[in-house]
Amino acid sequence: MSSKNLKLFTVPFNLQNPVTVQVLGICSALAVTVKLMPAIVMGLSVTVVTAFSSLIISSMRDYIPPRIRIIVQLVIVAALVILVDQILRAFVYDVSKALSVYVGLIITNCIIMGRLEAYAMGNKPWPSFVDGLGNGAGYAMILIIIGFTRELLGSGSLLGHPMIPKAFYSAGYVNNGMMIMPPMALIVVGLIIWVQRSKNPELIESN
Amino acid sequence: MQEYINIIIKSIFTENMIFAFFIGMCSYLAISKTVKTSIGLGIAVIFVQMVTVPLNYYLLEKVLKPGAMQWMGESFTEVDLSFLSFMVYIATIAAMVQLVEMIVEKFSPSLYNSLGIFLPLIAVNCAILAGSLFMEQREYQNIGEVLAFSFGSGFGWALAIVTLAAIRERIRYSNIPAPLRGLGITFIITGLLGIAFMSFMGIKL
Repeated sequence: MSSKNLKLFTVPFNLQNPVTVQVLGICSALAVTVKLMPAIVMGLSVTVVTAFSSLIISSMRDYIPPRIRIIVQLVIVAALVILVDQILRAFVYDVSKALSVYVGLIITNCIIMGRLEAYAMGNKPWPSFVDGLGNGAGYAMILIIIGFTRELLGSGSLLGHPMIPKAFYSAGYVNNGMMIMPPMALIVVGLIIWVQRSKNPELIESN
Repeated sequence: MQEYINIIIKSIFTENMIFAFFIGMCSYLAISKTVKTSIGLGIAVIFVQMVTVPLNYYLLEKVLKPGAMQWMGESFTEVDLSFLSFMVYIATIAAMVQLVEMIVEKFSPSLYNSLGIFLPLIAVNCAILAGSLFMEQREYQNIGEVLAFSFGSGFGWALAIVTLAAIRERIRYSNIPAPLRGLGITFIITGLLGIAFMSFMGIKL
């Protein structure tokens, strides 16, 4: 992988992160992060769909009429999502049930459309694939951080295994039930943004 | 009549698209800087939701469900196309959005000018696709319930975005820690609004 492609891959992890900087794909980022497992599966699915849809659209980009490009893109993404959905149902049925409608919502996940419009429509297939992979992975990273925090603080476990020692509970420690509630995901993202922007002052917005 | 009102109240408050399911967050965060534009987008979402969800309901009942193609003849009773639902829904939505845009442009230029830029955006708004997916998942019994749900969910989304826009217009004058400005504080406000909306969960319908 050349250094230019490597940069395409690494930039989405911090300075161009899809969730915290580009504000794309928030919809699913928050709802599936009560437990770590669905967050990992969702992150992987989105990475696969983003990477391959970028690859396909980029190799077709000279043949797509500009007026109907959105419908063409949506149909290709939908086909990939159907594949992912069928695979999840076949191999990890429990997780697929937990993700419910959010698997289908990968189709309208703005990261995918955003990367297709902003990058894949104007670049060669291989860099587009790397770009899709990097953005998917940057998204998965945020999902995993949120899922980790919420499962550890909310249920005291990770991937279903208890993590907090018994002694803590007998000393009066209580799991934070708020963390399981949907709104806490938003507040955790807010805190991640706070940390990230204090480390990278160039990201700070004017009021 | 009562069950329709129940569905509307439920989809606006207890099952609010934004605060309970985080659906349609992207445009919710991006287009909530002023109240005026957010009202425009909110109305456009209600409108498109009420067109696409009932349409997808008929497609589900008449084409996609196992055995739904019986009306085409005996040999179609075994056909099960439900795995195609994502693609059919999104194609319907993209086509309807295009059609609605053309119709509105032709017959009501003033409405088109106020909604104009938002209509194409709506095709990739998750709230619209989620409306159709929830409609399938919750198995509404008849077209009345589907209409009630589509109105309620669209209205709930519009209510959420207008509320946030009003708060953001005000918060511009307050002194927020620099790294939280803009996006960060918006997330936290939405979280607090979500906690407030959780109080509606006590309503039993």
